[in-house]
Amino acid sequence: MSLVLHQFRYDQKAFWRNPASVFFTVGFPVILLLIFATVFGDQTVDVRGGVKTTTYYVPAIITLSVISATMQSLAMSLVIAREDGRLKRGRGTPMPPWVFIAGRIGNSIVVALLMLALIAAIGDIGYGVGIPWSRLPAILLALVVGAASFCCLGIALTAAIPSQDAAAPIVNALLLPLYFLSGVFIPDDQLPSGVIHFADAFPIRHFFEAFFDAYVPGGATVSWDNLAVVAIWGVVGAFLAIRYFRWVPRSG
Amino acid sequence: MGDHVISIRGLRKSYGDVEAVRGIDLDVRRGEVFAFLGPNGAGKTTTVEILEGYRRRGGGEVSVLGEDPEHADRRWRERIGIVLQSCRLDPYLTVRESLALYAGYYSAPRPIEETIELVGLAEKADARASALSGGQQRRLDVGMALIGDPELLFLDEPTTGFDPSARRQAWETIAGLRELGKTVFLTTHYMDEAQRLADRVTIIAKGEIVASGTPEDLGDRESRPARISYREDGREISVETTTPVRTLNELTGRALAEGRELEGLEVRRPSLEDVYLELTEP
Repeated sequence: MSLVLHQFRYDQKAFWRNPASVFFTVGFPVILLLIFATVFGDQTVDVRGGVKTTTYYVPAIITLSVISATMQSLAMSLVIAREDGRLKRGRGTPMPPWVFIAGRIGNSIVVALLMLALIAAIGDIGYGVGIPWSRLPAILLALVVGAASFCCLGIALTAAIPSQDAAAPIVNALLLPLYFLSGVFIPDDQLPSGVIHFADAFPIRHFFEAFFDAYVPGGATVSWDNLAVVAIWGVVGAFLAIRYFRWVPRSG
Repeated sequence: MGDHVISIRGLRKSYGDVEAVRGIDLDVRRGEVFAFLGPNGAGKTTTVEILEGYRRRGGGEVSVLGEDPEHADRRWRERIGIVLQSCRLDPYLTVRESLALYAGYYSAPRPIEETIELVGLAEKADARASALSGGQQRRLDVGMALIGDPELLFLDEPTTGFDPSARRQAWETIAGLRELGKTVFLTTHYMDEAQRLADRVTIIAKGEIVASGTPEDLGDRESRPARISYREDGREISVETTTPVRTLNELTGRALAEGRELEGLEVRRPSLEDVYLELTEP
């Protein structure tokens, strides 16, 4: 366990010093929230009998931040490390492989928690979207289930990415359309029901619904069925990751 | 096995229909620098990856530090260090941090500052890996392989693609390992590198061992024909002989008797480079 902490500490250092990872996981979601709030700020969204746009976008952007800190960030950084030969070198040491993976997952979950705090604070201070303190246990539950599941999916996804150059296009081609179709970028009430049905086949929509229910007063608080779907995706991801994850470079 | 740190008998490995390693034998003694020399694609990296436990073999017996690398555990990994042929460093960690990270993986690591000194990076200890030159990165690589204080160190083509001054620095670092009493298994395709660093050299070509010995007597260099050349009436004359003393005596005797010089007289032994190129000819 102390070895996991050791690994985690250095993963944190490397993460915060990497301008690309800080921009895409921290800066980008904040910018998106500011843009959406500025452009659509005064409108209402027709869900739950009508909520303010900003009330809608705060949990939406937290959803995006969690996926970005876990699936996106892990898939990209692990492919880069694999193709650099760094994963192979690590396997040549006495460090057990699970320690390395646990360190990376820990890093992602901590970043996801920080993003929850940051976006929630901006929502509260900037746009008066109150932080629902009484719902904190449900919020944390949804976040941890989602973060863990999307970590597994991100690690599994590395098996489908052949090179460093392919990492960003593949990850973005998967995630960006699903953000749109799942209501993260475009509010639910503007999306045709067919699109929502399609998005229901993927985990992002379910995670967003679960997180929305936890965050926005008036809903179910804990959306067990959505969380269960997310968790099943996570378990499938974990199996694929265990089966197909590679430590040695694909190229060269 | 005696004092052999590595012992290989009849090692084979195929990729599909291609036989990369075709039944090789070799032994590496404790404390020596052993060079495994051969052109690209000769089977060097396949062999070294089997020894390091990265690859399964097709057949034969392999013992590294008394264990089969295919079934080796953490305790075995504590005793070896690996410098891969191509491996980048985490660009965002400093020299000291990279070494500290790896030191944490071992139960009895070497002191970090001492290891920084050993690989000659004291002035760069707080520089991030991305700010190091190619040669400095390679030396940090060696440092990370040494941080667990291994008995046996694998170096896979440590200077490929280096400029002459970076090669020289890397060589100095490797030569220093001998003084630490480490056994070093070095693969290279540079003859001069093997000659400069190794106690013993084995040459592999097309998956088979074609020569082995000390750099001095490799490939029976001493008993190969020498070439005597000179000019006579403006013509280049060249004689190949296995008895150079006798041939030279005859030639010079005749020239003396006839009262003339042998212009441009030269006796050449095949160089190590000549032997290597001849043995590994495609």
